[in-house]
Amino acid sequence: MPVEGPKSSCPVCYSPDFKHAAPLLSRKMLSESSSFLKGVMLGSIFCALITMLGHIRIGHGNRTHHHEHHHLQAPNKDDISKISETDRMELSKSFRVYCIVLVKPKDVSLWAAVKETWTKHCDKAEFFSSENVKVFESVNVDTNDMWLMMRKAYKYAFDKYRDQYNWFFLARPTTFAVIENLKYFLLKKDPSQPFYLGHAVKSGDLDYVSIDGGIVLSIESMKRLNSLLSVPEKCPEQGGMIWKLSEDKQLAICLKYAGVFAENAEDAYGKDVFNTKSVGLFIKEAMTNHPNQVVEGCCSDMAVTFNGLSPNQMHVMMYGVYRLRAFGHVFNDALVFLPPNGSEND
Amino acid sequence: MASKSWLNFLVFLCGSAIGFFLCSQLFSILLGDQGDTQPSMLHNDPHARHLDDSGHSHLKGQVDFNADSNQHKDENTDIAENLYQKVRILCWVMTSPQNLEKKAKHVKATWAQRCNKVLFMSSEENQDFPTVGLKTKEGREQLYWKTIKAFQYVYDHYLEDADWFMKADDDTYVILDNLRWLLSKYNPEQPIYFGRRFKPYVKQGYMSGGAGYVLSKEALRRFVDAFKTEKCTHSSSIEDLALGRCMEIINVEAGDSRDTTGKETFHPFVPEHHLIKGYLPKTFWYWNYNYYPPVEGPGCCSDIAVSFHYVDSTTMYELEYLVYHLRPYGYLYRYQPALPEDILKEINQANKNEDTKVKLSNP
Repeated sequence: MPVEGPKSSCPVCYSPDFKHAAPLLSRKMLSESSSFLKGVMLGSIFCALITMLGHIRIGHGNRTHHHEHHHLQAPNKDDISKISETDRMELSKSFRVYCIVLVKPKDVSLWAAVKETWTKHCDKAEFFSSENVKVFESVNVDTNDMWLMMRKAYKYAFDKYRDQYNWFFLARPTTFAVIENLKYFLLKKDPSQPFYLGHAVKSGDLDYVSIDGGIVLSIESMKRLNSLLSVPEKCPEQGGMIWKLSEDKQLAICLKYAGVFAENAEDAYGKDVFNTKSVGLFIKEAMTNHPNQVVEGCCSDMAVTFNGLSPNQMHVMMYGVYRLRAFGHVFNDALVFLPPNGSEND
Repeated sequence: MASKSWLNFLVFLCGSAIGFFLCSQLFSILLGDQGDTQPSMLHNDPHARHLDDSGHSHLKGQVDFNADSNQHKDENTDIAENLYQKVRILCWVMTSPQNLEKKAKHVKATWAQRCNKVLFMSSEENQDFPTVGLKTKEGREQLYWKTIKAFQYVYDHYLEDADWFMKADDDTYVILDNLRWLLSKYNPEQPIYFGRRFKPYVKQGYMSGGAGYVLSKEALRRFVDAFKTEKCTHSSSIEDLALGRCMEIINVEAGDSRDTTGKETFHPFVPEHHLIKGYLPKTFWYWNYNYYPPVEGPGCCSDIAVSFHYVDSTTMYELEYLVYHLRPYGYLYRYQPALPEDILKEINQANKNEDTKVKLSNP
């Protein structure tokens, strides 16, 4: 007779007649194990479904630790050796870079320095200022808001110059750029592809190119961006719900809707080519972090940008990059860039 | 009956939880591997096409600080190497015990290695650094005495090891390759010395101490001899002026170190001080001291500058990076300095010999 025991899950187990209980037990276990198995199956199916759904949505999934933005590399030696002599000049001329520098009246000394230095090496450079400033030629975008300035500049540049330039480089006047190294970096990259590159940073789910290191867009990216500028749901003039998002993040969000994604530009050794710091700052950090390999651990030999420079430092960089060198070190480069006309400091 | 179905339900839930967990682990393992090699397939990515361009996997986090940069692979240093053999320079750096870690160390880590021979001169010997002990005191008044003893030491131990003998401070940055270009036009048996030429006090001018100066072998011989025979005096508190006076007495010529466009190569200050118009006030002594008409702005400094002075430790490395690492790819420099005919011929000949050697070994 079954004993009235505690409300156990196995009332029969406590039966004194154990021999009879055994077959009963196995039947019970069978039903439980089948429930268990059914559970396992359902659980795995559910999980699989979720995983699949996660991957169909762009950029998500269960790979939360894996950083999303792509790393774009400089051309390697094989790419270069395949280019013939006669093609080199032609190839060099095929890169047409339009430079956008966003300035405000408070930036006048940097503006002057930038105008007298590296922007001379752009195929064309224009300054977009928040308001008209005497003596300094610029396109007046009539707004103090950086994102609005950026939008207007990109729209202006695209409307006016879409047929004349294939790469668009945007920077702040605190940045020094070596346009020749930019062109070299772009050597095997097709501007009819949607490129958006520079010093890429991750902020939560968003990969964006930091404005401090300079932003490079191919003509295709410009096209896509411009088609979305008039769509406020995708590319609002006032981004961010609670507080304003920085202009470089807003650009990234807008470009993302157009299927254009941020990429970090690196040399063959994984060193960033677009830098948000100055050489001096890199050196100071290197002297602390690896004092036996200061210069080696500093920066790329083909660096395109440095940021955080004073006007004086711009002039020193101009001399240091375009003039000062060691005699007897000769380079065989695939591209040829001539010095600009009417310039003394390069 | 109720408890039975409760039991089943509970077990079912446990099972589904375990199943879910196991499955997610399985997926993360599977997709973790796939993700690294084929992100394009999973991301519906317009960039999929140009991921093919790179042709090799990305070097994530594999920066090799010791490797030569990509650009150095395209670098031809034949001329620099040839000059290294032909124009042998011994550098001695004026330092002191308290400056070894602060200053001399950074000289050693950067330009000093490019001298054919380098010696660090201090009042005391230091076997670890290493420094030569001149057995003097330290201080500004001792500078000339240290200089005399240093040159004496070099003369006694290394006269035949070099053709030219350069003195620099531990806050001077020297570009040896450019110094070799400058000196390649001259014969070390000529009594001549070079530096940043100043005009006051000495008729033929004298060379700034901080910007560094370099003596020919004959000039060194005469200088050392001048103290033995007492043609020159030992006592002075102004090192560069005293040396300049001595040079004039012993008929060592003060050379013109400017490049072929007339731009100065030895600099008593850092590039910024020379390049920025108005940085050095017009009342500053410098404007009256320069032997040649002083220039501020881009015309101040040669493309193939030899030295800068008052260079702090950070700037040492910055200059090293700007001169020997960062460059504008493909840029055709405006100033193309030439080598003397005979050296050019030698280099071309050497290259021809190498080519024929290569051709013979590779049929």
